[in-house]
Amino acid sequence: MEAVFREERGRLLASLVRRFGDLDLAEEVASDAIEAALVHWPADGVPDKPGAWLLTTARRRAVDRLRRDRAYAERVAILQAEADRTDPGAPDEPDDGIPDERLRLFFTCCHPALPGESQVALTLRCLAGLTTPEVARAFLVEPATMAQRIVRAKRKIRDARVPFRVPGPDELPDRLPGVLRVVYLVFTEGYAASEGPDLLRVDLALEAIRLARILHRLLPREQEVTGLLALMLLVHARRHARTGPDGDLILLDDQDRGRWDRGLIEEGRELVVRALTGGPVGPYGVQAAIAALHDEAADVATTDWPQIVALYDLLARIAPSPLVALNRAVAVAMRDGPAAGLVLLDALADEPRLRTHHLYPAARADLLRRLGRTAEAGQAYRRALELVGNDPERRFLTARLDSLLHP
Amino acid sequence: MKYMLLIYVPEASEPPAGTEPRDMNEAWISYDKAVADAGIRVAGDALHGPATATTVRGSGNGSPDTTDGPFAETREVLGGYYVLDLPDLDSALEWAGRCPATAVGGAVEVRPVVEFR
Repeated sequence: MEAVFREERGRLLASLVRRFGDLDLAEEVASDAIEAALVHWPADGVPDKPGAWLLTTARRRAVDRLRRDRAYAERVAILQAEADRTDPGAPDEPDDGIPDERLRLFFTCCHPALPGESQVALTLRCLAGLTTPEVARAFLVEPATMAQRIVRAKRKIRDARVPFRVPGPDELPDRLPGVLRVVYLVFTEGYAASEGPDLLRVDLALEAIRLARILHRLLPREQEVTGLLALMLLVHARRHARTGPDGDLILLDDQDRGRWDRGLIEEGRELVVRALTGGPVGPYGVQAAIAALHDEAADVATTDWPQIVALYDLLARIAPSPLVALNRAVAVAMRDGPAAGLVLLDALADEPRLRTHHLYPAARADLLRRLGRTAEAGQAYRRALELVGNDPERRFLTARLDSLLHP
Repeated sequence: MKYMLLIYVPEASEPPAGTEPRDMNEAWISYDKAVADAGIRVAGDALHGPATATTVRGSGNGSPDTTDGPFAETREVLGGYYVLDLPDLDSALEWAGRCPATAVGGAVEVRPVVEFR
């Protein structure tokens, strides 16, 4: 039953912040209302309009709370007036009589005036409905540390008056990437660490997909939102094939493609088409298109590498980064052979961001191995092992090094 | 809600290539006028350079110490400030972004002003 409230809580919270302009008050009375529902619903049955029931209950609690505390009431009254003054815009499309105000909450939680790690924490707490200890566990941080981080961020929202509003069409191109970055960060964190030892760990990849689905519902015409959702679905579709029974890493080449999630791939492919049409293509859309080409191929040999190289060319133009150049070099190696890829990789040797990244020597090692340059490949694997951060990738690199030395 | 915009500029502030110092003056005049026209100005001044600064610091034993120079030696110096009355942080950040200091490699720190009731 608690799980049912996770998404409902975000909507409720957003409506309450919209109404009262105060995140603390909204959180307090949202929790009260959900607690009341947990007491009353099992006994009296679930009401016809559960969302409306929760909102009415929460509002009543808020009014009680404000009656008890005059000073607090005065402050909240000012926030309410200011919120209405700056943003008289029509609410988003209601489907059960209650407007969905969550988009505002997304932009508040992911506001660039807040530190990056707090943006992630607040988004998970306010919009994914995770508790503070759950967020702490997900990021392997002490609950007290996480609680403090959230309190500080909320204090800044209140004292500096970070607004609760959706940026106008002229600001949206500046602000939307920040929101998408937070959601993608949640996803990559979940992806890189999903084989961690802690069984209680929240599945961050699923939370990120859930958040992206909400955003996509609220901003169906924003191509990059569509692209991000598509990218995550298309990558997540491979989750069961990505690790072996012992949690060992399995590379794309060796994955059992029969274990890929066809449903997610189909959904992702439909979204990719929409992400690539209607306007200029963004980086998430391009990455989703690359993921789709991998997902559509029967094996590595029949993968459409020329098309993947072309997409990396596009990505390098609209969102250049050393990691994009690295991935492009690997794709060129698949299209034109390892020697061609190696030339491109060697040209990246002085990139500061690659010098300490294990993927760079790991990619070089693989190409050197395929070229039969065993001694150099061994050196590169050792360098990658010095830099690698997580256990499954370490075991993978160690195994590769071993098979090189003892074929 | 009042916000203070603390305007920091590189110590020897050079106008961007291709612009005359006069253009910079005009940029400031038109920014100042925009602030006034918007009816948001509470206060605002330009400051003399850090060479004119004197810092008085409590010494812990009675009379404070007086020294030549600004409170902190930094590459960017406080060149002026505004106090603006605005609805929220987004509008304050927007006004900060329009400030001509940002066109010469400067920075604007935005701080909400405490309101005692």
